[in-house]
Amino acid sequence: MTQILTTRMEAHPSDSHTLGRYEDTGGYAVLRTALAGMQPDAIVAEVKASNLRGRGGANFPCGVKWGFLAPSRPRYLVINGDESEPGTFKDRQLLERDPHQLIEGIILSAYALGVHHAFIYIRGEYPRPARRVQRAVEEAYGAGYLGRDILGSGFDLEVTVHLGAGAYICGEETALLNSLEGRRGEPRIKPPFPAVEGLYAKPTIVNNVETISNIPWIVGNGGAAYDAIGPEGSRGTRMFSLSGHVNQPGNYEVVMGMTWRDFIYGYGGGIRHGNALKAWIPGGASAPWFVEEHLDTPLTIDDVAKNRSMLGSGAVVVMDETTCMVKAALRVVRFFAHESCGQCTPCREGATWLQQVLTRIEAGAGRDIDLDLLLDISDNISPGLAWPPAMTTICPLGPSAVSPITSIATYFKDEVAAHVHGGGCPLG
Amino acid sequence: MAEQPTLVTITVDGKPAQVPAGTLLIEAVKAAGVHIPHFCYHPRMKPVGMCRMCLIEVEGPRGMLLTTSCTTPVADGMAVHTESDTVKKAQEGVLEFLLLNHPLDCPVCDRGGECPLQDQTMACGPGESRMVEEKRHYPKPIPISDLVLLDRERCILCARCTRFSDEISGDPLIEFKGRGNAVEVNTFPDEPFASYFSGNTVQICPVGALTATPYRFRARPWDLEAVESTCPHCSVGCRISVQSSRNQVLRFMGVDNGPTNQGWLCDKGRFGFEYLGSPQRLAAPLIRNADGVLQEAAWSDALDLVAERLGALAAGGPDVVAGLGGARGTNEEAFAFGKFLRETLGTNNLDAQLGDGLDARLLAGITARGTIDDLERARTVLVWAPDLKEELPVLYLRVRRAATELGARLIVVHPRETGLDPVAAHTIRYRPGAGTELLRRLADGSGDLAEARRALGEGPVVAIVGRPGAGDDPRLAEAVLAFAAGLPGATLLPVTRRSNVYGAADMGLDPGLLPGRVAAPAGTGGRDAAGIIEGLIAGEVAGLVLLGADPVADYLEPARAAAALEAASFTVAIGLFLDESAAMADVVLPALGFAEVEGTVTNLEGRVQKVNRLLPGPAGARPTHEILEDIARRMGGSIGAASAEALAAEMAATAPAYAGITWEALSWGEGRRGIVAPGPAGSQPLVHAPEDHAPPPVGRNLVLHLARVLYDQGTLTQAGPSLAKLARPAAAHVHPEDATRFGIPAGATVRVTGSGGSVELPTVFDPSLVAGTVYLPLHCGASIGAGLEITMEAVS
Repeated sequence: MTQILTTRMEAHPSDSHTLGRYEDTGGYAVLRTALAGMQPDAIVAEVKASNLRGRGGANFPCGVKWGFLAPSRPRYLVINGDESEPGTFKDRQLLERDPHQLIEGIILSAYALGVHHAFIYIRGEYPRPARRVQRAVEEAYGAGYLGRDILGSGFDLEVTVHLGAGAYICGEETALLNSLEGRRGEPRIKPPFPAVEGLYAKPTIVNNVETISNIPWIVGNGGAAYDAIGPEGSRGTRMFSLSGHVNQPGNYEVVMGMTWRDFIYGYGGGIRHGNALKAWIPGGASAPWFVEEHLDTPLTIDDVAKNRSMLGSGAVVVMDETTCMVKAALRVVRFFAHESCGQCTPCREGATWLQQVLTRIEAGAGRDIDLDLLLDISDNISPGLAWPPAMTTICPLGPSAVSPITSIATYFKDEVAAHVHGGGCPLG
Repeated sequence: MAEQPTLVTITVDGKPAQVPAGTLLIEAVKAAGVHIPHFCYHPRMKPVGMCRMCLIEVEGPRGMLLTTSCTTPVADGMAVHTESDTVKKAQEGVLEFLLLNHPLDCPVCDRGGECPLQDQTMACGPGESRMVEEKRHYPKPIPISDLVLLDRERCILCARCTRFSDEISGDPLIEFKGRGNAVEVNTFPDEPFASYFSGNTVQICPVGALTATPYRFRARPWDLEAVESTCPHCSVGCRISVQSSRNQVLRFMGVDNGPTNQGWLCDKGRFGFEYLGSPQRLAAPLIRNADGVLQEAAWSDALDLVAERLGALAAGGPDVVAGLGGARGTNEEAFAFGKFLRETLGTNNLDAQLGDGLDARLLAGITARGTIDDLERARTVLVWAPDLKEELPVLYLRVRRAATELGARLIVVHPRETGLDPVAAHTIRYRPGAGTELLRRLADGSGDLAEARRALGEGPVVAIVGRPGAGDDPRLAEAVLAFAAGLPGATLLPVTRRSNVYGAADMGLDPGLLPGRVAAPAGTGGRDAAGIIEGLIAGEVAGLVLLGADPVADYLEPARAAAALEAASFTVAIGLFLDESAAMADVVLPALGFAEVEGTVTNLEGRVQKVNRLLPGPAGARPTHEILEDIARRMGGSIGAASAEALAAEMAATAPAYAGITWEALSWGEGRRGIVAPGPAGSQPLVHAPEDHAPPPVGRNLVLHLARVLYDQGTLTQAGPSLAKLARPAAAHVHPEDATRFGIPAGATVRVTGSGGSVELPTVFDPSLVAGTVYLPLHCGASIGAGLEITMEAVS
């Protein structure tokens, strides 16, 4: 089984985060070779050839994003470690267990992009990963991997670790940049995109922790080798955070292309207590839900998109037959209403209204018109309820709150009606 | 002439339209005649796309894209749809969202009837609410300053107020807090919204979330009568709408005049209308009786007495009578005053200023005179002047805009920190009295001034120059202007505060000037304000006419002014209030004031603008020109003031710089923005040469920096309750080093003694001063004269 990101942490669970172990297991060798003999453009070419797609949720090709970087200087690289999507906990493991892999990726990427200052933005609720990363950054400075004239190459790079303050929206790249600048964590209007006008209004690449953690392997083994792993459009390995009503929840680094059935019943060990599967969220709380009919759909970025959902940040949340779908939808909607930055009207007002109506239905005070009302409120946030979603909002957080509504309206209409007519949840 | 904008062709709802390039879609579509509803967008602020009301569809390579028209730049060939079903649904949806938590308390909301939320709900909104849940609740309203109340239930979170405070006025005291459904606008704890510009947020609030205490519950907008006019509070000349109900002015609203105020007002201007309706307004003539008490009298008796006494004195020679004032009214009144003094009384002793401004010849006739709008194109801006935020607040906004939005490099020279310092590239401090030496060093670019000097070498340069403090020699300003005139592409704005002082100078209210920016013939003679006051004390001048002037309060040596009025054998005061000087007069004549008379005024650029009449004024008060004409007639003459309009016509016909600037021309179309009177007439060029100026040497004694603050003890400020309470008591601002040197603990009381007296004041440590300098606010109830050298001692 191919593993790229988790080999070291599995082999050396006690000290995979230390510089000593990292170097012992071949760490920073790629960096030495690259700084000694590779031109920055050659690294960019390898990343493009790898067809690595971003692991933060949007699945945008990494090399293409790098190509958008505007020529002016200074320019910045920002690592998005604000992993806050409910059900997502893969970056936590990468930060906590193999921070030097990320740092080596940062140095290689910064060298490739002509960046001399990189930032690692870690969610505030991740104190241990943040401490580990901070310690690793200090070790890297001490060993000459960071700072001035890295390994005698003449290349300089500063890395700053920054902790978020507890807002989900700061995982959205422009809100993250605002937060990093000390402003309110509110998404910016795009364009301009960060690659043109990002941090401090300078060209900025924002990449996810997992994305950049892949860079040392890609540079070391060549983009073509990475492109040879997995099906077209979903190259390489991918970290999935599997949670919910499965027997073996956890993070799994897998090669994409298997069916969902193989993933949930194989890696996940099946549903708890031998219960029946009811639904699952295939790619984080923002994603429309899948049900039994999707079990034989291949687990790839494009196959999931074809079925009107997304692989997103790789968070798979499984719900068994005992789960109330209204309650589950309410739980997700409540999260987005709580995490709305409040900047734009449809998200601020609409998400809360959705929550209020769902709360009423769940409490047994629903009306026959409420499901249509929920859908029409949703339509005013995400016109047409299409996929990928159109939006009246500034950023996709508003449409994210719509996903559970369309999911229950599509697959669990009867269960909603049972709440309305039965004065509450039929499951008790 | 404005440059012709480049046009691009777009399609709006299927119809082709030519619209200006480089604009946002919302403006481009407006130019094509289609209004797009919006709340957060404001043409004078950066777009944020937050309210989402202005969503329209734009045809793109991947089909129709729903986008906010306030954030999307127009491009040639764009096809936009503003009325498609998708757009209508989205707009109706946004309005429904906005109304979910809106209290709909329109019947008791000041904004009701002129509310964008009401209007756009009518036009684009849903007919009824589908929400059955409870709305969001907040205590309502809460005061966030002495002038502004905040109702968070009404707020639709458009960020106009927060952006104004942050981007435009530079005092971000209101901010968003919380997130999601709990976002609210609020102030920080213990930091009220004490901005000089807070009223603008009330005006631009698209709902009734921000209301102003002076207007709250006073009127319904449909009951208001309104007339466009020009703010009477300083020489910037902001365009306003004066609005009244039942003959009471209830509010001033900013009118967006591009070349001057761009829609903004300062709070002193906005809320400074209350004096007009003050019960203290003079409503009948007063004559000092045999017991020495001012007593109400009939107009005929008062006018007879004035004519008789002035006539008798004037017969004694041209130097025996004098006139002060005329800088607060209209040009027509100033013109009439000049004619009355020169033609009826035969004197050339006249001055519209009280020795606290600049040479009137400079105000009227400086070459290379700039406009405020030159700031839009300036590369470098030099401000060696009063603290503009305190004295000419909307000019401060324009300079701030140049420095923050337009990339101009700003150099501020002042004895202490000013409002512009936070956005200045270079702040240069000096000790009052040492300005000439500083100017020499700046011109040479020596030492730490090299960078600033280099910036001044990059034009176009706009130089805003005045007297930073009352104690500064006015000739320093002239020397600075002479230096600035030599800078590349330089335009000059000599600044002084009193509202129509430029108009008064243009109307010849100065011994050296005749109406229309014409120099008086050499050897004309005549006394200026200082000459008149000293002449009265010396007994060489005996009769005095005051027109809206209060030298006892406003002259920089108040004690000398009081002595002068004491010594005068006859004084008549024409004005609105029984101020300190009027209280010493023999006859007091009540005049009509702002919004009660029609006329023109001239701002610091030389821009002539119309002021209009909306109110009758107090029953016993009369227009100034009528009062002067009646006195003249009783003395056997006439100033030809049949009406203010007749005076205006005479000015337009006879005053060279005002040729053709008629009321008619100022009342329509582009003329409503005002007409900048051209420079001195070619036949009689007036180039005022600065004189050499050597400041008195300053030893180890302290020097005084005496400068105005926005809210002071001035008559018009104190006559309105809203502004009166904003005036702060005076304090002596002392440099911490001096405090140590003089053994003054923090907060201690000191006795400060200057050229005109001695006062005891609490101290404030002010490290922004140059050591050896003490700053006192002018007209704040602590007068010690304006002489440079002072002494200070701690009071136990």
